[in-house]
Amino acid sequence: MTTMTTTTTPQQTVLEARGVTMRFGGLTAVRNVDLTVSTGEIVGLIGPNGAGKTTFFNCLTGLYHPTEGTVAYKGTTLPPKPHLVTKAGMARTFQNIRLFANMTVLENVLVGRHTRTKEGLWSALLRGPGFRKAEAASEERAMELLKFTGLDHKRDHLARSLPYGEQRKLEIARALASEPGLLLLDEPTAGMNPQETRATEELVFAIRDKGIAVLVIEHDMRFIFNLCDRVAVLVQGEKLVEGTSDVVQGDERVVAAYLGTPFEGAPEDTALAEVQAAESHAAEDGTAGTAEAAEEGDAAQGDDDK
Amino acid sequence: MTNTETTPVVPLPANTARHLTTAGALITIASTFLSWTWTSAFPGDLTVYGYPAGLQIITLVTAALTLLLALTGYKSGALARLNPSRSNNPTALAALGTFGVVWFTAIAIAVDLGGLVNLDPGGYIAAVGALITATGALGLPLHRNTRDSLHTPDWAERPALAPVHRALHTLRLAKPPQARPTSTPEPWIDRLTITVGIALGLVVFTYGIGTDDNASETFIGYLIAITLTAIALHHSGALDRFTNATTRHKALSAVLAFVAAALFPFTQSNDHNANLGVNILIFATVALGLNIVVGLTGLLDLGYVAFLGVGAYAAALVSGSEFSRFSGVQFPFWAAALTGMAASLVFGVLIGAPTLRLRGDYLAIVTLGFGEIFRLAVNNMDGTSGPNLTNGPNGISRIPDLKVFGFNLGDAHTFGSFTLGRFANYFFLMLLFTAIVVLVFTRASNSRIGRSWIAIREDETAATAMGINGFRVKLIAFALGASLAGLSGTVMAHVNYSVNPQPYMFAGAAPPNSAFLLAAVVLGGMGTVSGPLLGASLLYLIPEKLQFLKNYELLAFGLALVLLMRFRPEGIIANRRRQLEFHDTGQLDIPEQQSLPDSTTGAATAPDATKAGA
Repeated sequence: MTTMTTTTTPQQTVLEARGVTMRFGGLTAVRNVDLTVSTGEIVGLIGPNGAGKTTFFNCLTGLYHPTEGTVAYKGTTLPPKPHLVTKAGMARTFQNIRLFANMTVLENVLVGRHTRTKEGLWSALLRGPGFRKAEAASEERAMELLKFTGLDHKRDHLARSLPYGEQRKLEIARALASEPGLLLLDEPTAGMNPQETRATEELVFAIRDKGIAVLVIEHDMRFIFNLCDRVAVLVQGEKLVEGTSDVVQGDERVVAAYLGTPFEGAPEDTALAEVQAAESHAAEDGTAGTAEAAEEGDAAQGDDDK
Repeated sequence: MTNTETTPVVPLPANTARHLTTAGALITIASTFLSWTWTSAFPGDLTVYGYPAGLQIITLVTAALTLLLALTGYKSGALARLNPSRSNNPTALAALGTFGVVWFTAIAIAVDLGGLVNLDPGGYIAAVGALITATGALGLPLHRNTRDSLHTPDWAERPALAPVHRALHTLRLAKPPQARPTSTPEPWIDRLTITVGIALGLVVFTYGIGTDDNASETFIGYLIAITLTAIALHHSGALDRFTNATTRHKALSAVLAFVAAALFPFTQSNDHNANLGVNILIFATVALGLNIVVGLTGLLDLGYVAFLGVGAYAAALVSGSEFSRFSGVQFPFWAAALTGMAASLVFGVLIGAPTLRLRGDYLAIVTLGFGEIFRLAVNNMDGTSGPNLTNGPNGISRIPDLKVFGFNLGDAHTFGSFTLGRFANYFFLMLLFTAIVVLVFTRASNSRIGRSWIAIREDETAATAMGINGFRVKLIAFALGASLAGLSGTVMAHVNYSVNPQPYMFAGAAPPNSAFLLAAVVLGGMGTVSGPLLGASLLYLIPEKLQFLKNYELLAFGLALVLLMRFRPEGIIANRRRQLEFHDTGQLDIPEQQSLPDSTTGAATAPDATKAGA
């Protein structure tokens, strides 16, 4: 599935982050991270909880001012101001949905059009032909995006009244309304059921096919490895490894970061012995307890490793 | 919908109850043509036979409405339009309104004049009639909340307080379910509804403003009547029909509303009421300007009245008054208005630029501070404790009247049989400005910039991440609000002949001050056009008409605000967004033009049901 990239246009670097470091007082949340994304790519960013993924996102989109390092979009360095970043062509969604809850679905998307329109207060007050034309064009574009995300039949509903999955979609539609060259998705499938996750996957592919590069944070590994051409792993604020899904999946440091490294000594053997003892015990009692016992053994092992 | 039940409050057979209501209403109507008291000392002169006056007129209207609503229960077709919900709740509420007005009057007569002996037989007949109609109406099957569905507070569990709680929950009236209109009505019906509604509004408003300032009793009766009538119409669904019609014909409604407002001076023979009218308009217009800042952009500005002051002082300085620092300078009015606006705009930007970087509570505190700084600075710029600019606490007085196209607004003018005095002239000028501000508000709010204001109110971080330059957009809102206040200030300076620092404070006993302005916006309904206009009218009229409250005004005002925030936090006129925000009904908000054509069951049977019912 990941091989059907539409690489008709020559590869161009969309995002180039160099040496991004973010310190909060004594805590270094992100340390010297480099990342590039090219046109037509879907890049995943994974890492355990607290690894600094969202902080890194906030540095990229200007919500945080990185302590060190630069972020460049298509060769121009971005100032750390969120509205200028969006204007340049990078749009984002949020981990915990941040829609304009008391605006309608259509209005939400129209707000996303803000940087691509320029009618100010005077033209709103005078309502000349230019204003009407611009409003009509914005609405048409917004309706296209709502059709694209399958929300067009809900245009006049308040965003707050949408079900969860549709709120996520609306957030993506709103971000797309700013006509970005790079879309940053922060956990787009959090809280979704498998069908909704599949639908989101399709949506992300469709976005990529429009020529928009995507950078996505996610905890759902199946989603990430299905979707991404390249995956970067962030652990404790540092980039551990970057490569295709096979490379990342095979890297033992990644496994260690998620599951921990085994001790090189007795504790593991004892744990193993315990598991085996438990298993044989369970086999004697009957088959019911086996799975549980095995899990308990795993858990014990994990505890030992810390 | 298991939370509501259809039961009477007073256990009576439904038919008996209906007859009682009708009979009681008829008796009450008849009684208004009798004398209620022997002396004309009671305000309104209720002594005349054959001619209702004062509180009797209010009683007559509410009783007639009760009668009409009661008659809708007897399968009379033409009246059904008055009560689309076909519920008995409106009848009960109107009957309670009648009862409230009549018994308030009777008690007021007894208290004011010292004893029940002062009541004439007419007064007793009215009291009995009102009692009968109220009892009868409460015996009708009403839509009510079930006792279990209402929240029981902790204090109600104490034995001593339980009866109080039960008394408070006697009525438990719930808004009856409304049949969704099956099709949009013919445009002429909508236009007729709007015209009738606005005309009624004008009549009701004119009556309220026309009540004698010293007759607080009449005004209280008026308030009782309009409050309960409004709730009755709300329950009947007639109010919903009216609002739906106005949303379908926005331009027509706006034009008619302004025509009605322009007719107001012609209904008044007394220039004093025109003075009230123009002051209400000024107050309402400033509140509407504040609504851009507070209602749309969500910036809590506690020093807004300072911008009104800047506009007023700027206009006074260039008015040619001999007390002005520039006494030789007399701008034509259009130039003075622009000067006032420009001065407020400059102050708005100067105050906004540093403060708008703050959010929430901090912004409120800083604007409060700036508002007070304005007043103190103006107070001290008298040439001794500061530069000589504003003439200190004495202010700038003897501001000459305006001349517009050679038309002196200070003179009375006669049109046919109507004489329009000075304040009526200013009323028309101010009405023009109000129209401008309404236009600015609606156009700005429904555009790219207005959407970005609302987005910032909803979630500033997300708004900036969507490409909105938060600071710039907030500054535009702040400056626009300031300049609109300045525009109103220029008229205010001329209407009041003088400006002084006194009214431009944070909180005071009379409008305008920042607290009252904010209250007008919140009470009326944030983010709407009609809300602040209504809120401002109420907040101006009530202190003006209830003179006896003078010392307790702020107390009553605070109490009213607390009650309103408890029971209707979205304000009297709710914006659709805010209504949903505060009363999460769990229903999806489906706009009515898409009223599900495939749900044939409800749609097809409803008109038949209405016909059968009628």
